Amino acid sequence: MAPLSTLGTVNAPALAIRGLAMTRGYRTLFRDLDLDLAPGQVLQLTGPNGTGKSTLIRLVAGFLRPDAGSIRWSPLPEELSPGEWLHYSGHHEGLRDGLTAHDNVCTLASLLGGDPSRAEAALAEVGAGPLAELPVEVLSAGQRRRVALARLLAAPRPVWLLDEPFTALDRDGQALVRRLIAAHAEAGGIVIAATHQPLDLPEMRHLALGGPAA
Amino acid sequence: MKAWLAILARDLRLARRVGAGAELGLVFFLILVSLLPFAIGADQRFISRIAPAFLWLSALLATLLGLDRLLQADEEEGVLDQFLLAGAPLEWLLLAKALAHWLVTGLPLSLVAPLLGLMLAIEPQAMIPLALSLLVGTPALTLIGLIGAALTVSLKRGGLLLSVLVLPLTVPTLIFGATLVKEAALGRAFTTPLMLLGGMTLLMLVIAPVSAAAALRHARQ
Repeated sequence: MAPLSTLGTVNAPALAIRGLAMTRGYRTLFRDLDLDLAPGQVLQLTGPNGTGKSTLIRLVAGFLRPDAGSIRWSPLPEELSPGEWLHYSGHHEGLRDGLTAHDNVCTLASLLGGDPSRAEAALAEVGAGPLAELPVEVLSAGQRRRVALARLLAAPRPVWLLDEPFTALDRDGQALVRRLIAAHAEAGGIVIAATHQPLDLPEMRHLALGGPAA
Repeated sequence: MKAWLAILARDLRLARRVGAGAELGLVFFLILVSLLPFAIGADQRFISRIAPAFLWLSALLATLLGLDRLLQADEEEGVLDQFLLAGAPLEWLLLAKALAHWLVTGLPLSLVAPLLGLMLAIEPQAMIPLALSLLVGTPALTLIGLIGAALTVSLKRGGLLLSVLVLPLTVPTLIFGATLVKEAALGRAFTTPLMLLGGMTLLMLVIAPVSAAAALRHARQ
């Protein structure tokens, strides 16, 4: 069986951000932000803490409304509901204590329009196969992170928004994330990752938030 | 539909865990009802007269139990973020959560209530109407609670505020529910309060998911 991460190609829509501005509290995080991402591109977001990396990712995910500017995806199949082409992986993994890793990934796969029967293969792919039947509250932070990554594979979606994907992961895990990102971009997907760890990809876009002007 | 069933199944599985609150609501109901005779004494006629109102009040309080965690646990773990990205509308998914909550609190409560009515010397002809009134009325309580849970989702100690917000909204349901049982105990027809009770539940079925979803979306901004 082929590994899940290399299955097929994905048709990602292109992202166009124009004149984006966002204020949190009294602080202007960014203003007049323009950004274009084509299918197959990876964007690394950097910037000091508190400069709006997470906010930008949550804006792109559609959880927040910008103060000004627009975030457009095109072309989009009309039958999709908002956010249905996105994966968002944030500080909270989206795993519910009290359920096993397998049940969590199954639920997320069904919720996100994936195939719950792929949960097992997805868990194996991210190196969490032996953890499948353990309740997630007994897992370590790094193990939880791996289980959370499994949903990216169990429910294929063209755009990945990853907020600090390397947190708590060991060296192997970090290499795994790099591999997944590279494979996803290779297949034509879009990845936006907020991290200060080097992604080591040959072709990569870079956006640094919180310059001296901000 | 697949997403909806997955959330329903997940919440039912979570409710089966020890201390998750599913059986706790039932035990709480039982304790409240058995405390009443201790407080009032051996005046059976008096107890019998206030039993319909008291049973409904107890059911209301038992339903409130655990409502504060209905959405909060999912919010803290970031699961609600995933709800927003699902193919199904948030309103629809919240309805699955409300149904799961009712299946583990309201439904068992309704089925056990006639037995507890026996403890409170309720008129025999009122026992089936009591169960019926709770079956029709408790979904409204859960749904009103869903709105409260969504409004207090980001508050660390939101449980008390939730009760304060939710309890006044449950007054119509309480009135119609208790009236239904009272009328039945007196041997009179209870179609009118039953219809009104059903109307409350249907109304909440429409209002609650929409308002709760709006509250959750707003809480993110």
